Amino acid sequence: MKVKLTFWKLVFVVILVLGMYSAYVRYAHGLGAVSNMSDQFPWGIWIGFDVLCGVMLAAGGFIVTGAVHLLNIEHLHSIVRPTVLTAFLGYCLVIVGLCFDLGRPWFIWHQLIYMNPHSVMFEVGLCVMFYTTVLFFEFLPNVLERFNLKKPLQWVKTIMAGLVVAGILLSTLHQSSLGALYLIMPSKLHPFWYTPALPFFFFGSAVAVGLAMTIFESSLSSRAFGRQLELPVLVELGGALLVVLWVNALLRFEDFFHRGQLGNIVKPSYEAYFLWLELALAFVIPITLLSFKKIRRSPGGLYLAAVFCLLGFVTNRLNVSVTGFETWVGHHYVPKWTEFMITLSIVATGFALFGTAVKYLPIFPGHESPAIKVEAQAKPFVVAAVPEHAGD
Amino acid sequence: MSKALLYDATICIGCKQCEVGCAEQNKLRYDDQVAAESVQSEHKYTVVLAKDGKFMRRLCMHCEHPACASVCPVGAFHKTAEGPVVYDVWKCIGCRYCMVACAFAQPKYEWQSLNPRVRKCIMCPERVKAGQQTACAEICPTGATKFGERDDLIKEAQDRIRQNPSNYMPHIYGLAEVGGTSVLLLSGVAFEQFGYPKSEKIGDTPMPEYTGRVMSKIPDFIPLWGLVLGGVYWITHRREDVAAVEGEKKNSGGAR
Repeated sequence: MKVKLTFWKLVFVVILVLGMYSAYVRYAHGLGAVSNMSDQFPWGIWIGFDVLCGVMLAAGGFIVTGAVHLLNIEHLHSIVRPTVLTAFLGYCLVIVGLCFDLGRPWFIWHQLIYMNPHSVMFEVGLCVMFYTTVLFFEFLPNVLERFNLKKPLQWVKTIMAGLVVAGILLSTLHQSSLGALYLIMPSKLHPFWYTPALPFFFFGSAVAVGLAMTIFESSLSSRAFGRQLELPVLVELGGALLVVLWVNALLRFEDFFHRGQLGNIVKPSYEAYFLWLELALAFVIPITLLSFKKIRRSPGGLYLAAVFCLLGFVTNRLNVSVTGFETWVGHHYVPKWTEFMITLSIVATGFALFGTAVKYLPIFPGHESPAIKVEAQAKPFVVAAVPEHAGD
Repeated sequence: MSKALLYDATICIGCKQCEVGCAEQNKLRYDDQVAAESVQSEHKYTVVLAKDGKFMRRLCMHCEHPACASVCPVGAFHKTAEGPVVYDVWKCIGCRYCMVACAFAQPKYEWQSLNPRVRKCIMCPERVKAGQQTACAEICPTGATKFGERDDLIKEAQDRIRQNPSNYMPHIYGLAEVGGTSVLLLSGVAFEQFGYPKSEKIGDTPMPEYTGRVMSKIPDFIPLWGLVLGGVYWITHRREDVAAVEGEKKNSGGAR
């Protein structure tokens, strides 16, 4: 265990050092020096992965808070805090990623004064800004409890219901609008991925990935922090994921059918290979795995299905943002190594911050951390709004 | 009235004077090396392409309904009343959505700069406003690039095709493409040979409509979805309250 930890720490340090070098290149020599983006490929993996996938991977936050606070599914309480933490870190890192990608990140606040209401990007930017604020408040009880600040904790709890509703509203808007960004490119984006239904698919994939990410993160942290796995909760999420995947898959099929693409998607082509990869990872494998009761009820099976699902939808978003443009542009885009290192550093930082937060804050119920000895431990489920505890 | 440019490839002799005029007007470097470049870039807003003895000019089309202006989160692009689509660099945050959205791939970026700007032909807005023609039209020795009222130029283009049908493709590129553009093109050969997107591929729909259809629903969506979410919250938690009250009743009933 100790050897493994040092290994991962070493990996982390190496990634971070290379990432810092890349960041230096970015800010000292410009976007052209650090990336393979060009006039033909103005958006690379920093948009395709850091932003599009980052926001998708952080979708668990609105789904789980919605399930617990809005639908009042109380027994999911135990996963609210780690999921909110994942989401909060995710959105913060999306903003960090944007600061690398934007040509003039120091003017990012211009969105608030030179508003263009016709722009999907403006709407996404505004929603991300507001939702990150919402997540900050949803995350805040962890810190307040840690330092035993009862008054502010009470204040946050009183507005929690409003926060959750605002969070779902904002998430519905910007998760789907990320897909709407691409609606203006009907002649550029390959017909496998260009569809008027893009906003719906981006929302649908966010719901699937939100569930898968919650399973993934719970499984990983149970291993990393030696906690007991909340298997019944995860089995339930796995069941929900199966349904969501089926709905997604059927809608994708319908879309291909109505746009007359069914004949094209079975013919081998550069785009078809990437589409097959995406569909296999996102739908075929996880749906098959989750359909077996035995697999769905085993920690390993759930974990595997979740990982495939995540890989599949990440492939989907990279297809929409990169693969789908290659034919139009006429050449391939392969990220430069420094571009990769920035992205990897952002992901690694996410993992590290999650680990640190778990160590010092009451994220997991009943988690006896040496750093926490306050009475906040007495009621471990208190992300919840006051009403939830009316029934306790 | 809105101004426009008419470029007639059949009159063009490929002298690249428009490139020179453009570079002078925009204070861009222009030497043999730049002259030899056959792609547009942040230091070359317009280019004359040559293929099999035919020529074709590329430049920003100055759409009647520009995609760049509609997608920009900070509204750094706008279409002026005179026709040019111009760029306010001080607003720009560098998201490059304009570059991705443009059907003609016209906006270019200063990739090497630490304070990069989007660069493209802006149709000499100060000159146009002052009643002058654009630098490229003024310098053109053959009249292949002609500046004027859009309506007049359309009529002239139609006349040219009618009078000399064997010389021209029977199509004015930019008349209807993406809802019309302020740059109109005539050619003897297919436009896509020189990298212009096929007319049937980009269609006649103004680009902003594709996203506008979604954006226009948001003002209705927010209150409705908010109401639904609030309603769900009320129902799920109401059940709890009812259960609590009924539990109390039962308890008090049992005690009696």
